[in-house]
Amino acid sequence: MSTVVVEALVKRFGRTTTALDGVSFTVAPGELFGFIGPDGAGKTTLFRLLVSLLRPDAGRASVLGLDVVREYRALRQRVGYMAGPFSLYPDLSVEENLRFFASVFGTTIEREHARIAPIYAQLEPFKTRRAAALSGGMKQKLALCCALVHRPEILLLDEPTKGVDAVSRREFWDLLGTLKRSGLTTIVSTPYMDEANRCDRIALIHRGRLLAVDAPGTITRAFDRPLLAVRARERYKALLALRGHEHAHSVYPFGDVIHYTDERADAPADQIGQELRAFLAANGFADASVEPLAPTVEDTFIARTAESESRISNPESRIPNPESQIPNPESRTGSS
Amino acid sequence: MIESAIDVKDLTRTFGSFTAVDHISFEVHSGEVFGFLGANGAGKTTAMRMLIGLLTPSGGTARVAGHDVYTESEAVKRSIGYMSQRFSLYEDLTPRENIRLYGGIYGLTMPQIRERTGRMLTRLGLARVADEQVRSLPLGWRQKLAFSVALVHEPRIVFLDEPTSGVDPITRRQFWELIYEAASGGTTVLVTTHYMDEAEYCDRICIMVAGRIGAIGAPADLKKQFGVDSIDELFVRLARPETAVPESALPERLS
Repeated sequence: MSTVVVEALVKRFGRTTTALDGVSFTVAPGELFGFIGPDGAGKTTLFRLLVSLLRPDAGRASVLGLDVVREYRALRQRVGYMAGPFSLYPDLSVEENLRFFASVFGTTIEREHARIAPIYAQLEPFKTRRAAALSGGMKQKLALCCALVHRPEILLLDEPTKGVDAVSRREFWDLLGTLKRSGLTTIVSTPYMDEANRCDRIALIHRGRLLAVDAPGTITRAFDRPLLAVRARERYKALLALRGHEHAHSVYPFGDVIHYTDERADAPADQIGQELRAFLAANGFADASVEPLAPTVEDTFIARTAESESRISNPESRIPNPESQIPNPESRTGSS
Repeated sequence: MIESAIDVKDLTRTFGSFTAVDHISFEVHSGEVFGFLGANGAGKTTAMRMLIGLLTPSGGTARVAGHDVYTESEAVKRSIGYMSQRFSLYEDLTPRENIRLYGGIYGLTMPQIRERTGRMLTRLGLARVADEQVRSLPLGWRQKLAFSVALVHEPRIVFLDEPTSGVDPITRRQFWELIYEAASGGTTVLVTTHYMDEAEYCDRICIMVAGRIGAIGAPADLKKQFGVDSIDELFVRLARPETAVPESALPERLS
């Protein structure tokens, strides 16, 4: 039986905002399941629905077999929820925060020591420090500890690594790996696409809809056209030039390279690579190199959002849609 | 010789007995995109606050756009643009009003403001929503508008503090294109980020570790020099040199 079952969940705020627009997925026992998406995608609303802090407008959701609307009292005893580092009391010390959360659930740090030991060991040297004076990484770990202290059967962590440096993020995911090995089901959300590979399965979420739900490797394998990495010393100029290529489908900067996809989805990557090399050389980028590339989760996210935007775009909408505003090279060079 | 946009020598800042920034020296060239990285608490924010004239150093020298941060901090502020993730725009004003407000603060004339407002709104594709409240715009648009507003007085240098935090990947890339465009027009860009792939967009980066500069150079050169495949790997190695030691034995960084 699935630990979490969500069917056609809808949540609106006011008349104009649909935060979740028919979301369905399941999470299996023991799974580490990630929601990957930017701010405003609906991640926090979804988590709040799953822990019964909000009521859905349509659809239904159950967690641990308990309906999030009808059986919320029982549910709240059995879930661990971390709503970001600000769920802590900044004026209380590390130890006081933990004691407080333990006492709310009728238990003590001592009784729960086995469960929280791997994380608490890292916090113990600072147990008298006020939570407000902890670094971002330590705040996260304390919040995780507080979410675990009543021995929940499932953990829901909403953007635990947001705004935290790359090293602390890595350490936090290592901790989640440790918890997973103990069999705990965990749902976690993040805006950082590179964290997707730490999950068993992920859901790509954008504007209240799920773009894909699957194992990260399966999602990237479904990328349906050749992807090429272009390197050139004059990166920005090369980028603008590539946008002018007659078969360009998408051209984006990605770190130190440019990711290029071709509108001819079935053409072999090698052939496109040769064409691009010739095209770039003819346009004054003699140093450019082009090579086929395996798509990342982020490439997939970009491709899927572009598709979903073109499908749902509504010409009547008052506010134009930002993804249609990808600047085109002509207008940029003309205005600068 | 072209004067450096930023020239820092032995810059230091202490808070009581704690040294947040410890004798750092570096130069940022005109038109360069310079990435300023470091773990939380490594001293990035303190260094940045000294460079934008908001915090007086405890020692060392720093010139920003040719102005001394000790004696000419007002001139520094006029020569730079600043955008942070947390606050940049007045959300209950419209894009047009925000541009006019910042233009006025930076002493532009009304004709200048009118001309730049029109140009910016067109270029950003915001003409149709120029008179809507900023709060009603998608985050990605606000971010692009905030960047343009930071450039409204055509500063020599723009400081961007985690400008892309939380935005969707397409908008993040569009934002970097705006950065490239500004840099190709000669504007110097100093940017902080937690996205390690963004470090690779920069001409040069500097990684701060415990108040000092742990590494500085072009991303490709640094990867070669340290024998790593990515800046992420370098960052982890520098920020936690003790990775062989169990983490529980490590001291906590001061936040």
